[in-house]
Amino acid sequence: METIWFMLVAVMIATYVVLDGFDLGAGIVHLLVARTDRERRQVLRSIGPVWDGNEVWLIAGGGTLYFAFPALYASSFSGFYLPLMMVLWLLILRGISIEFRNHIDSLVWKPFWDVVFGGASALLAIFFGAALGNVVRGVPLDPANEFFLPLWANFGTGREVGILDWYTMLVAVAAFATLTVHGALWVALKTDGELEQRARKVALTGWWSLLPLTAAITWCSFAIQPRLSASYGARPWGCVFPLLAVAGLIGMRAMRRRTVAPFLCSALYIVGMLTSAAFGLYPYVLPSNLDPALGLTVHNAAAAPYGLKVGLAWFIPGMVLATGYFVYTYRSFAGKVSLEEEGH
Amino acid sequence: MDALTIHRLHFAFTVTFHYIFPQLTMGLALLLVVLKTMALRTGNEHYDRAARFWARIFAINFAMGVVTGIPMEFQFGTNWARFSKSAGGVIGQTLAMEGVFSFFLESSFLGLFLFGEKKLGPKGHWLAGFLVFLGSWLSGFFIVATDAWMQHPVGYTLGPHGEILLSSFWALLLNPWLLWQYLHNMIGAVVTGAFAMAAVGAFYLLVKRAEPYGRTFVRVGVIAGAAATVLMLFPTGDGQGKNIAFHQPPTLAAMEGLFESEAGAPLALIGQPDVDKRQLDNPLVIPRALSFLTYQRWHADVRGLNAFPPDRWPDNIPLLYFSYHIMVGLGTIFIAVMALAALELWRGRLFAQRKLLWLLMLSAPFPYIGNTAGWITAEAGRQPWLIYGLMRTPEGVSPHVSAGNALFTLIGFMGMYAVLAILFLLLVYREIDHGPEAA
Repeated sequence: METIWFMLVAVMIATYVVLDGFDLGAGIVHLLVARTDRERRQVLRSIGPVWDGNEVWLIAGGGTLYFAFPALYASSFSGFYLPLMMVLWLLILRGISIEFRNHIDSLVWKPFWDVVFGGASALLAIFFGAALGNVVRGVPLDPANEFFLPLWANFGTGREVGILDWYTMLVAVAAFATLTVHGALWVALKTDGELEQRARKVALTGWWSLLPLTAAITWCSFAIQPRLSASYGARPWGCVFPLLAVAGLIGMRAMRRRTVAPFLCSALYIVGMLTSAAFGLYPYVLPSNLDPALGLTVHNAAAAPYGLKVGLAWFIPGMVLATGYFVYTYRSFAGKVSLEEEGH
Repeated sequence: MDALTIHRLHFAFTVTFHYIFPQLTMGLALLLVVLKTMALRTGNEHYDRAARFWARIFAINFAMGVVTGIPMEFQFGTNWARFSKSAGGVIGQTLAMEGVFSFFLESSFLGLFLFGEKKLGPKGHWLAGFLVFLGSWLSGFFIVATDAWMQHPVGYTLGPHGEILLSSFWALLLNPWLLWQYLHNMIGAVVTGAFAMAAVGAFYLLVKRAEPYGRTFVRVGVIAGAAATVLMLFPTGDGQGKNIAFHQPPTLAAMEGLFESEAGAPLALIGQPDVDKRQLDNPLVIPRALSFLTYQRWHADVRGLNAFPPDRWPDNIPLLYFSYHIMVGLGTIFIAVMALAALELWRGRLFAQRKLLWLLMLSAPFPYIGNTAGWITAEAGRQPWLIYGLMRTPEGVSPHVSAGNALFTLIGFMGMYAVLAILFLLLVYREIDHGPEAA
């Protein structure tokens, strides 16, 4: 039962990263590729009707994590206190910059929100990457399964760690590159003309940086977290997850002239990378970097069996409904963005 | 300040600011459905334009509600880790259900409601608006269910290490506390929405702009407001008061400023509680009314604070007393204002009565104060418990988040929210200034 919820939470988080990932990526690239006000409005319009729904995957994923693994929620959220609060501030800035930009037509107002949108999106990608790095590396959990991490210590991955060290910063850079490409492919998919061409170019250039970054984080992760080799050694079928990521990476390049396919390949790459990490850490959900026995696992972090069982009874129909709304919304706004029918 | 105080202020500040926005959107969602229904039934473009105007106001409030709402969910983990660890298996259920059942619904159909009017056609657009309403009211349900469990925990057993285990899902959703609190809260949101709509309408009539819209807004706002303000008092306020009387008797005593138990207890209209001397200064009371309201008998015994050990008293009695009295006082004034406006509307004279329109316009901020005071009553009244009778507030805090770190982020939120408040007022002012005739 715990394992089912581990997979469900992993799916929720991966869906969040794929969906809000393109919003963040669009934010990162829009200053680069969209030069006129009209082009910027096109980029915003491509995510306008969906970004809020995409962010709901974070809220619903957080809620699911909360009730399925309360000890993990409590421990990780209080331990990563400072960066999480900064993530909240950045999410606030990102959200209002999308919503407020087009309210006032001014040469001061719009460029200001464009920069806030770009900056907050870029920092969020970096923070999420660093968070993933911290989970893979492990944190100094005490016997009560609690910890508190400073923003940085000596930037090493030894006993005394901070949120930022060379490894988590490497993952942060990789996340930034991944979401930049992902967002560029989304913009290319939703727009036309020069804007589309520029976005495609950013995606292609970015793709070349993904190759060394993917290799580097894979190698470093195995070096830092011994659990990963143990997992893949014990259950070699798990190699299907890294293979998905590789397939996505190759597909992005091979099908680069198509419209939708490269974006889907990028989504596949993200899902592959995240599930590879989740599979490699399992049964740990938050390992200790000091003593493996102190790590939080799906077993010692899970809620009581009754709650997990009734949870399934409402979660599955609820998510089927939610997926239905998503398919419907995305179909309603399918195709290239047109600025003819402006919203309110 | 110690860490506990800062963590409490952190949540109190962020949730108070957050709830400015959902109380309007939940109330307005219902009124938007009313406007869309009128548009559908009359086929008159006037009501569609009216709905579009309020949808623009709604969208600004909704965005503010979303961005200030995410920190609420996160803070359970960041600032209240021990509480989350013990109780997450229970209240995580309702919080996750809010995400799964209401936020997906609300956000998907709000996107369609705001951006897809042409594509959806009149009936489809009405349905999108209705689903936004349904999503926002479901969201209110799950949040109030979470709070109701903290006020009156049900459906749980205690594990070997004192952890709180869910034992009955239906008990959690059918908590006897929940029904009245939910209805009282949602109707409070309708009061805010109705006053806002009536106030904007009154403004247009007073400045003689967009007057057809002004009349529609005043009419819808006053009719909804007249009904909602009465429902606030009875049955929902009465029901919620009985919840407190039966399940949190020390809280009732503190709210009423009743220090000594009394047969035929009086209802204090005004007065200032002096906790050290255990008396109410400068009281103005209705004799025996508290006994009657609580037990329907003029001579019923009502337990005062002296009937309970001081370690079960709410830890901020003056705050609780004043917030409760502000809520009830404002609620009473709202009934009077809306009843008068509804009477004049019925007699067909309201739109020409400038003094009454002034009153409606200037009333708009007060439902926000009333709703906020109501929530302070509920949450200060829950003290000294985080989960009533089960976990005291200091036991729930994150032990490793220091006072300094918590103060840093509290100051950060204060700065951020000050900027948000200014932007919000600016943008709402501009929408009202543009008026319903634009676009």
